[in-house]
Amino acid sequence: MSETKTGAPDTTSAAADEDLGAAGSQLSTAPAEDAPNLPALGVTGWVRWFWRQLTSMRVALLLLLLLSLGAIPGSLIPQTGIDETKVAEFRKAHETLAPVYDKLGLFHVYSSVWFSAIYILLFVSLIGCIIPRTWQFVGQLRGRPPGAPKRLTRLPAYTTWRTEAEPEQVREAALALLKKRRFRAHLAGDAVAAEKGYLREVGNLAFHIALIVMLIAFAWGQLFKSEGNKLVVEGDGFSNTLTQYDDFKSGSLFTQDDLDPFSFNLKNFVGSYEPSGPNRGTPRVYKADLTYSVGSSDQEKKTTIEVNEPLEIGDSKVYLVSHGYAPVVTVRDGKGKIVYQDAVPLLPLDGNVTSTGAIKVMDGYRNAKGEREQLGFQAFFLPSYGGAGTAVVSQFPALLNPVLNLEAYHGDLGVDAGIPQSVYQLDKKNLKGFKDAKGAQVRENLKPGETMKLPNGAGSITFEKEIKEWAGFQVARQPGSGWALAGSLAAIFGLAASLFIQRRRVWVRATTGSDGVTVVEMAGLGRSESAKVPEELGDLAGILYEQAPGAPDPDDDPADSAASPDPQVAPAEGADSK
Amino acid sequence: MTLAAATELAAATNENLANISNTLIYSSMAVYTLAFFAYIAEWLLGSRSKVGRTAAALTPAKAGTGGKADPPAVTVKKGGSTAVLERPTVVVRAAAGQRDVPDGPGAHGGDAQGDLYGRIAISLTVLAFLVEFGGVLTRALSVERAPWGNMYEFNITFSTVAVGVYLSLLALKKNVRWLGLFLITTVLLDLGLAVTVLYTASDQLVPALHSYWLYIHVSTAIFCGAVFYVGAVSTLLYLFKESYENKLANGGTPGRFANSVLDRLPASASLDKFSYRVNAAVFPLWTFTIIAGAIWAGDAWGRYWGWDPKETWSFITWVAYACYLHARATAGWKGRKAAYLALIAFGCWLFNYYGVNIFVSGKHSYAGV
Ligand code: HEM
Repeated sequence: MSETKTGAPDTTSAAADEDLGAAGSQLSTAPAEDAPNLPALGVTGWVRWFWRQLTSMRVALLLLLLLSLGAIPGSLIPQTGIDETKVAEFRKAHETLAPVYDKLGLFHVYSSVWFSAIYILLFVSLIGCIIPRTWQFVGQLRGRPPGAPKRLTRLPAYTTWRTEAEPEQVREAALALLKKRRFRAHLAGDAVAAEKGYLREVGNLAFHIALIVMLIAFAWGQLFKSEGNKLVVEGDGFSNTLTQYDDFKSGSLFTQDDLDPFSFNLKNFVGSYEPSGPNRGTPRVYKADLTYSVGSSDQEKKTTIEVNEPLEIGDSKVYLVSHGYAPVVTVRDGKGKIVYQDAVPLLPLDGNVTSTGAIKVMDGYRNAKGEREQLGFQAFFLPSYGGAGTAVVSQFPALLNPVLNLEAYHGDLGVDAGIPQSVYQLDKKNLKGFKDAKGAQVRENLKPGETMKLPNGAGSITFEKEIKEWAGFQVARQPGSGWALAGSLAAIFGLAASLFIQRRRVWVRATTGSDGVTVVEMAGLGRSESAKVPEELGDLAGILYEQAPGAPDPDDDPADSAASPDPQVAPAEGADSK
Repeated sequence: MTLAAATELAAATNENLANISNTLIYSSMAVYTLAFFAYIAEWLLGSRSKVGRTAAALTPAKAGTGGKADPPAVTVKKGGSTAVLERPTVVVRAAAGQRDVPDGPGAHGGDAQGDLYGRIAISLTVLAFLVEFGGVLTRALSVERAPWGNMYEFNITFSTVAVGVYLSLLALKKNVRWLGLFLITTVLLDLGLAVTVLYTASDQLVPALHSYWLYIHVSTAIFCGAVFYVGAVSTLLYLFKESYENKLANGGTPGRFANSVLDRLPASASLDKFSYRVNAAVFPLWTFTIIAGAIWAGDAWGRYWGWDPKETWSFITWVAYACYLHARATAGWKGRKAAYLALIAFGCWLFNYYGVNIFVSGKHSYAGV
């Protein structure tokens, strides 16, 4: 704001700057801006020059600008850390661009070399800035507010009057008043010097330090985090070891011992959906009732996990992330012996939970001829079947009219080959479909309680009346999040203090005038111009005036002609705006 | 009464409330339109004869008082209360190097009839605000939750809050009347967009949006946006007014339109100060908004920060405003350069709201468009 763009030379203000000298200095600990002049010769000269550049406000500003610019591409280009499939699609669609992007790290912007370089430089700059500033601030706290400048009339807020009271009396009253108002005040020569609002600097330093705490906490969290998923059918349980997870990701410094020891059982899952209207079928409530125990204790506790309400155990949080159905089926061989009975979790394909999966009978089954064989069933499940003649997709996510569609196979499931296989898909390479009398693939829609007979006495499969639900849980551990939260709270309070508290100085000078009458002069200076400074000065002057009432003005008052205020009594600048 | 009948009745009540809400929103648009015309009348009727204050303060001819520099420009303020007449007065002077330009008289330009229209415009704005507020409230009642589950609701709430901020500043006797026309114009645009493109029938939230952090996060986001918006308007006007003052100070003659419009605005220094205060005052709250969002994300998605596009753009917006605040503390970046940064930062905010919701897909896909 103090840029001089006016054409007319402003001699008065230049003089004012000189006048203020030490009085106006050190109202903040912001480093002085020196022009980027060339360094002195020699290596140390260069190093020192470089360091000074890096820790200057100008470079901090440039790095901040770069940080915000650098964050943009990651929001527009698909990122591997967020959505791998989108990245794959992008690679397919842009065959020439993708390798270039790869080189530039644009598929993982926030862990790319250049993005890291920006924020590491910024934080080095920040540390290099905080340390001298803290030091300087401690110095300011140890020292005393600077004495009054020679000409108080030059200050942004000024007032004066003549009084019968003795100068010492006035100064003492002023000192007492300022101290009572919690200024740091002391007597320096013929004037009282006072300063207030140091909390602004404390807040500013706290804010910048909090930024460092947040960054370290975030980095810590990234290195030691772990995240795994587990699908659990009602009635089943999970215990927190690596082998139990369906899939698992972790940061580079994570070790198995970091897993919190606990286990839980899924008792019941409840999902409810909008029954009608344009948003029919939109989920309303998902919740999973659990019992869990921590460590090696046998004590079971009950709890409910909902979408926004994870279960917290130690550093781990257990989230409810998905759900689906697990119809219970029973498979019998030709003799009626039960060879398989279980709830089969199926994966949802759409919002109305049309689901698919596979039933694999791996051992215990013998075919009509008494030979060992494996059975496989391709399953489609519709919680709400629309009835004959409608498309084979579910009409609603809840169990209104459940139908299980099964396609039966026999032969070798290929599970023993040692190659990992999805539990939701049949590998049909060595399987043969059961054929009916007309030679068509055996496939049937079953309602709960119905049984499909396999041809030629090969056995049967029953869709039991009980249909279980399953819930998908994510167990995430992000250590350091407590520090991140503490850092962010400190940042907010520091920021508020830094922005809302004014650091300002007040001087009260009392001298004996040429005619023997005491002249009181008061002036105020804030770091930025604010309506508050003159307001406060007016307040203080009002109180002091009562203790040192005015004396009649002589005709040739020198102080009066120096200030010669315009007769117009306009409100102080900015006093009417915020 | 059977349970089914009860739910049906409740649904009918909700439908009624939703219809009432729509009617109220349309009515508020009608009243805002009237207010808009009244603001226009204020500007048009505002006399052109009384303008020229800025020119008077800045034309070089005025400074030529025979080689001798002007006495320091000062304004005088009564110290403390006016009850004690003999209290010393506080003399306030502009900081070194700052121009001392009086604030413009406002849109009415000192003209009594213009002023009357201005007052009518403000009354109409108050009325429209109340009607719109009713519309937002009935919408909230009809869906039995806070009215910000989709972009339509976000828009109507946003403009209500923006007008609320403006009216509160007026009620606090801040010098912001000049904002009226600019604000109402964009409020009309915002509402027009809401009822045509963004409209979504009342509806419940998906479970991920059920959280009290939602209330905290979204309400502060809306409030911050409204205040940032006010800051951006005054920053923009500052840029115009500043170049107008520069032109005058350098002996140029601005066009008639500039003379008539810009002269009525507050001095560039006041505009600059106002926009700084406004932006600085909400910056901590914006910081809090992002943190509240991170906490919510931690509860809903299992990680507090994941560089989702919405999160990324909130971060970009935050850093951009931090740049602006830093720029003001750095020599050589005060004034216009800092103002450009403030506008860019607000641009980021706008993109975060409209751009990200519409063009970029992410977890925050509650756009409902
Ligand atoms: C990590 C990035 C940074 C962010 C987000 C940031 C943010 C901020 C914000 C929002 C303010 C405004 C508070 C106020 O005006 O009192 C501020 C002030 C300040 N910052 Fe930073 N800052 C960062 C890095 C730095 C660095 C690297 C330096 C050192 C070169 C620095 C030095 C300062 C100083 C001296 C002030 C106070 C200016 C004054 O007294 O008006 N900041 N910072």
